[in-house]
Amino acid sequence: MRTGKPRSLAEHAPLIYPALMLLVFFVIPFGIMLAVSFFQRVQGGFYEPSFTLDNYGRFLSAFFGNVLGFSLGLSALAAVICVGLAFPFTYLLTRLARRRQIAWLVFLLSVLSLSEVIVGFAWSTLLSRSAGISNLLVAVGLMAEPVSWSPGFAALLIGMCYLAFPYTVLLLYPSLVRLDRELVEAAMTMGASPLRAFFTVVVGAARNAILSGLILAFVFTLGIYLLPQLLGRPQHWTISVMITDQTIYQSNLPFGAAMAIFLMLVSLALIGLTLLLGRQKAAG
Amino acid sequence: MSELQLQSVTKRFGGVTAVDGVDLTVPQGRFVCLLGPSGCGKTTLLRMIAGLEAPSAGKLVLDGEDITEQPAHMRGFGMVFQSLALFPHLTVAENVAYALAIRGTDKARQRRRVEELLELIQLPDIADRQISQLSGGQRQRVAIARALAVDPRLFLLDEPLSALDAKLREALQVELRLLQRRLGVTTILVTHDQREAMTMADTIVVMDQGRVQQAGSPLEIYCRPANAFVADFIGTSNLLKGTARGGGRVELPGGTLAVPTAPDSGPVTLSIRPENLHLAAAGAGGENRLTGEVVFVRDIGQTVETHVACAGQRLVAVAIVEGEPPFAPGDAVSLELPAAQIAVFPG
Repeated sequence: MRTGKPRSLAEHAPLIYPALMLLVFFVIPFGIMLAVSFFQRVQGGFYEPSFTLDNYGRFLSAFFGNVLGFSLGLSALAAVICVGLAFPFTYLLTRLARRRQIAWLVFLLSVLSLSEVIVGFAWSTLLSRSAGISNLLVAVGLMAEPVSWSPGFAALLIGMCYLAFPYTVLLLYPSLVRLDRELVEAAMTMGASPLRAFFTVVVGAARNAILSGLILAFVFTLGIYLLPQLLGRPQHWTISVMITDQTIYQSNLPFGAAMAIFLMLVSLALIGLTLLLGRQKAAG
Repeated sequence: MSELQLQSVTKRFGGVTAVDGVDLTVPQGRFVCLLGPSGCGKTTLLRMIAGLEAPSAGKLVLDGEDITEQPAHMRGFGMVFQSLALFPHLTVAENVAYALAIRGTDKARQRRRVEELLELIQLPDIADRQISQLSGGQRQRVAIARALAVDPRLFLLDEPLSALDAKLREALQVELRLLQRRLGVTTILVTHDQREAMTMADTIVVMDQGRVQQAGSPLEIYCRPANAFVADFIGTSNLLKGTARGGGRVELPGGTLAVPTAPDSGPVTLSIRPENLHLAAAGAGGENRLTGEVVFVRDIGQTVETHVACAGQRLVAVAIVEGEPPFAPGDAVSLELPAAQIAVFPG
């Protein structure tokens, strides 16, 4: 393979296909959304082209500020819990025999085929008073009487982590399976207990994978818009719920678009900050 | 700085016996090489000594204390792995100081020790580098320094030089041996390279199929191999199958040789080093001679290797020759096999 810059048009040819795909499926839709976010809403109708900052202006209120803050906080918490659970899980998974690893991965992939709706309803049943897990705990004598855990913040958090967990495992798997086993053994010969070796060596060596896992889980849970309505109370409705509500039920596409773009900018900024911090730590 | 004893140490993986009843004493301050072909159990044996693998049977005793059940992180050994296993997310200094940091040594002492160790491996200026910025030889030395950081009771090395090119490898062999002698640390090194073992070891332990075939000084193993495997594995040997006929006579397909140490009867294998085989023009008289035809001559500059076909067996003779090689392929030659240089093994 040549490494120099391509010169002739023919050498650029292989790039045409991805460029076209990117243009049709990403740049153009995003452009439309960006344009719509500046359009004027027509009450009782749709919208008309114009240039107004009202949609963004409306967003700068205490109410939406709170919703935005809650959404980002919820996703960040879900991302931390998710990676916190998925990382040791994936590490132990890579220590298993190859056949068992494949069985687990197939199982995780099959979980991905469940839709957000099914997962939401399943958890709301599991956490309910009438048919939920608390009945089991009562049966074995751990609790006095069944209680309802859904809707609620914990229920929402559980649902979000459940949805993001398989993705996080699949993202962590390649780098953990490649991790040299001798790293942990070396740490042990130098006096580190297995647990200490895990935290000082495995976590350290897989730092980049952990960072990508956090970002993935964060962005993924930020986009979840059904679960807050199924498992949360109205005060737990996230910005994604608001966007859906505005776009579909209120027919206010310009405001929905403005919120979507604002959300995207904020999450991009947070991701950028995370990467920057990660790099500084790696260098220093 | 300790004496290690292995007492019939055995390791089975499922139905496979990787290490089979190894008895071995490694005296304090000695440099021992476990030498053998791949799959002979040498690495498994080293991993059991390190505590990374539990023996299926047998005992490990260090200075009179049974350490068979002691976990790896309590043993206080230093180990250099085949992959080196340097921590990619830490700097050179952090790698070298890892064992100290685990033990809670204060920062100032860590820094001093790292300086000392980097001085020892002659790389004083690389403390702040990332592992990815080091060359192969530098990584090697850092791994050695890291394993020596806490004055290990035993210094273990698993084929540490195998990833390096030949020249660097030989230089590091000498360096490692000098370092070990200076520190006086009891050392066990695993290798499949007999030159490496000969360069560094006080004692070579030749292993095959999970068993110790012979343990002894390099010279002893080279000059008095205990069996045909050792003779063949250490250096190169010409192995000749024959039949003992009594009275120190051994019958070979190409003739009969006088070998005083031969048994009275039964099949035997004769072993003779290429440098002990003397070639002469066909028809030369004398004791213990076979005749053959030169099939290949390899002139390596300093020495000439002559391959001779002799009644269906191929023998190699090596000699220091000045000028042109005396024989060419197709020449008929007479081979002298001095009886004193022939080792005899049953079978």
